[in-house]
Amino acid sequence: MGNDATLAHAHGAHEHHEGHHDHPKQHFLTKYIFSQDHKMIGKQYLVTGIIWAVIGALFSVFFRLQLGFPESSFPIMEQFLGHWAKGGKLTPEFYYALVTMHGTILVFFVLTAGLSGTFSNFLIPLQIGARDMASPFMNMLSYWFFFVSSVIMFISLFVQTGPAAGGWTTYPPLSALKEASLGSGLGMDLWLISMVLFVVSQLLGGLNYITTILNMRTNGMKMTRMPLTIWSFFFTAILGVLSFPVLVSGVVLLIFDRHMGTSFYLSEIFIGGKALSHIGGSAILYQHLFWFLGHPEVYIVMLPGMGMASEILSTHSRKPIFGYLAMIISLIGITSLALVVWAHHMFVSGMSPFLGSVFVLLTLLIAIPSAIKVFNWLTTIWRGSIRFTVPMMFAIGFVSIFISGGLTGIWLGNSALDIHLHDTYFVIAHFHLVMGVSAFFGMFAGVYHWFPKMFGRFMNNTLGYIHFFITFIGAYLIFWPMHYAGLAGMPRRYYDYSAWVSYKDYQPMNAFITVVVVITFFAQLLFVFNFFVSMFRGRKVTSQNPWKATTLEWTTPVHPEHGNWEGPIPEVHRWPYDYKDDGHGNDFIPQNVPLRPGEEEH
Amino acid sequence: MSGLILTALVILVFIIIYQIAKASEYANIIRGEEVVAKSTNKLMAVLLVVVFILGLYGIYKCHQYLAPLGLPESASVQGLEYEKMLHVTLIITGAVFLATQAVLFWFSYKYQARDDKKPYFYSHNNKLEVIWTTIPALTLMVLVAIGLKNWVTITGKAPEGALKVQVMGKQFNWVIRYAGKDGVFGKTNFRLINDANNILGLDWNDPASKDDIIVENGEAHIINNKDVQFIINSRDVIHDVGLPHFRMKMDAVPGITTTMWFTPRKTTAEMKQLTGNKDFVYEITCDQMCGKGHYSMRGTVVVETEKEFNTWLAEQKPYYDLQHPAEAAPATAVKEGTETPAPAAAQDTTKTVASK
Repeated sequence: MGNDATLAHAHGAHEHHEGHHDHPKQHFLTKYIFSQDHKMIGKQYLVTGIIWAVIGALFSVFFRLQLGFPESSFPIMEQFLGHWAKGGKLTPEFYYALVTMHGTILVFFVLTAGLSGTFSNFLIPLQIGARDMASPFMNMLSYWFFFVSSVIMFISLFVQTGPAAGGWTTYPPLSALKEASLGSGLGMDLWLISMVLFVVSQLLGGLNYITTILNMRTNGMKMTRMPLTIWSFFFTAILGVLSFPVLVSGVVLLIFDRHMGTSFYLSEIFIGGKALSHIGGSAILYQHLFWFLGHPEVYIVMLPGMGMASEILSTHSRKPIFGYLAMIISLIGITSLALVVWAHHMFVSGMSPFLGSVFVLLTLLIAIPSAIKVFNWLTTIWRGSIRFTVPMMFAIGFVSIFISGGLTGIWLGNSALDIHLHDTYFVIAHFHLVMGVSAFFGMFAGVYHWFPKMFGRFMNNTLGYIHFFITFIGAYLIFWPMHYAGLAGMPRRYYDYSAWVSYKDYQPMNAFITVVVVITFFAQLLFVFNFFVSMFRGRKVTSQNPWKATTLEWTTPVHPEHGNWEGPIPEVHRWPYDYKDDGHGNDFIPQNVPLRPGEEEH
Repeated sequence: MSGLILTALVILVFIIIYQIAKASEYANIIRGEEVVAKSTNKLMAVLLVVVFILGLYGIYKCHQYLAPLGLPESASVQGLEYEKMLHVTLIITGAVFLATQAVLFWFSYKYQARDDKKPYFYSHNNKLEVIWTTIPALTLMVLVAIGLKNWVTITGKAPEGALKVQVMGKQFNWVIRYAGKDGVFGKTNFRLINDANNILGLDWNDPASKDDIIVENGEAHIINNKDVQFIINSRDVIHDVGLPHFRMKMDAVPGITTTMWFTPRKTTAEMKQLTGNKDFVYEITCDQMCGKGHYSMRGTVVVETEKEFNTWLAEQKPYYDLQHPAEAAPATAVKEGTETPAPAAAQDTTKTVASK
């Protein structure tokens, strides 16, 4: 198998140095920067993701300050934003730029790269029993493409006309014409270029994940013995590989329209005092191309959290995941349906009503596998023996928030209900809960759970609990009231509501939400602080398997080198959730323990 | 400078919190990790229940504050159906929400780790899976059926004889057009647009355009209890005509004509009475981000009786006459001559607009 090559390589290097050091000493540059070790690449993704998350969240604090207190001025904003917030008052142009960048950063850079980039890289080889990815070099390239894409996006924040400001969906013609908005100038070009590079990074990564999972499993690791985390990363990668290229085509055509005079998306436009020559294009075409990625993207964001929550709920309840096979089948259901529901984002675009009906049916079908997953999670903790560790708290929070956000999807997916709720605060509440906060909860659960494996230390528990409660309560306080505003039809992406008879009364609500946002933001900084300090000062991990888990990553040394296992790769003899008496007083049996005589599998 | 000091302060506070947390960690080790883990576990189980109960109370409080701010009952006939559907959906999802959340927190509390209890090895049960696949599936099919029934009605053809109003979005306001006396919208061409004297790009060579009435302040007048069809366009970027009080919404896309129709059932005056708000007004929101002035792209709708509407319409001067005051008198004369074919031509209005 492909493993052997990597294995031989790792061992060759190992033996060469025998007698001098226990492990080959690597240069700083190849160990920490241009590393080909999947574990290091995962950590690079995580740290980059955290930096982006802080920036993206800070942006939301800025625009929430505007929404909550439109009459006040905040000198601190001028410190950060300069002439975009002269006298501490945000300009409308930059308000829209902040909204746009907040969405772009969090959806793509944090919840795609930072989430599946981190955990797919870190966990796939460790949990399937491989020395590294199928192509460690491609894996490294994937990170560096992401890095370059990040740098370009970051630079776009500082250009004279500001970054892209047409929303994270960047619908043309607004995003295509520089006359339409300041943000559609150089900032938009940088956005588009950054996005193309980002997709390259995702494809390099995704192909690698799929290949690794299919080809590099250790002996005995049948597909049906893979932990649900791996299943979820597998489907995440498949979704990405199938849908990201379509985004590139949409983006490239947009670049053509912007700079080469084509009319893919433009037709009959009069702007900036003159009629443009474009004719015959369709602005709706872009929406189809965008949402063909945009919707699966939601599941690219969601699935890793689902997988990790499954794993963590099981481990910390000391009970097998309930309905392992049903969980896999529901993942398959979600993945296939995810590719055929994109147009539910376009119910009011004037699309054919018949087509709309088809998308209603397919969209609501996706609630079925989601419901199965929720019921299975609930049954998993039923009659368990729950250890409320920090990762477990976040996993429980994940389920709670996933339910709350998921149920409103049934409202929005039904086109007749969507008409009134479309593009209102109801949508904001729905998707922030279901794919924002709950994906973050999955990610936090994962970070707290695998931090000991990443750095050989624990994160601080007390801070973890504080972080959990503030974030959990904060999320509900922020997004619950928005449902009400949305039911009243309050449009999203408004800079100021004071001129609106129907919506000016929501001012106190907006002020309340802003206050909670600021508090919750500081709780996230506390997490970041905990993360970095614990890397160096956290309590040391003393045992190989601190959570008493069954999966293979806990059979590696506390500080695994490149190659993961010092001896041969362990073989797998059982499914990943054997939380039962092993006959020696332990309540779990790791995957690499052979079946006892007479023991039946699962 | 103050930003720097603030950042330093935040970091300092974090360091202090971290040190305290760290100290408690050491203290735990001294007190015995097992004991501490057990008491923490109990504490967390209790806290989760507390959070759940506070959450329920929070939902109640939130409802108390925000429900009164909501919209009055639907001002369109179609919106009434919408509200029925909303209630059914709310009851179903609300019940599922409460049940699953309650179970989640109850299980968390009940099955916290205890010395005397062993976890129960329970890996699957196909019967359960079938049950909780079928029940949601059937429920969803009911919701889909209700939804599609309403969807087909709303997106269906506008009834014959509906009042036709063109709404055109531009950065950052709405322009309203009526077909005028002949009942036919004049041809438009975006190349003829001129902000000074031809805001919609009306083609003056088309006689039908000469009597078209344009309302530049974005105030659409419609008739109570009479079907109205909005013919929606955009001049520059994508906008969206949002009519929250009528529970209606439709994108305005440059180069494409979209439509939406409904039947208003409450005049503005009735609404003022109903809400007890003398400033009440039906607002047109822009619901698709369209640039820096998106938030200020406000239009209004006035729903009035047929008589009031006719009086208002009679006061409006055709746009052509406003822009060509000198020709105004002869133009009127010409129109009177061509008035007769109006009813037949009225059928074609959508076609005229749609095929341009």
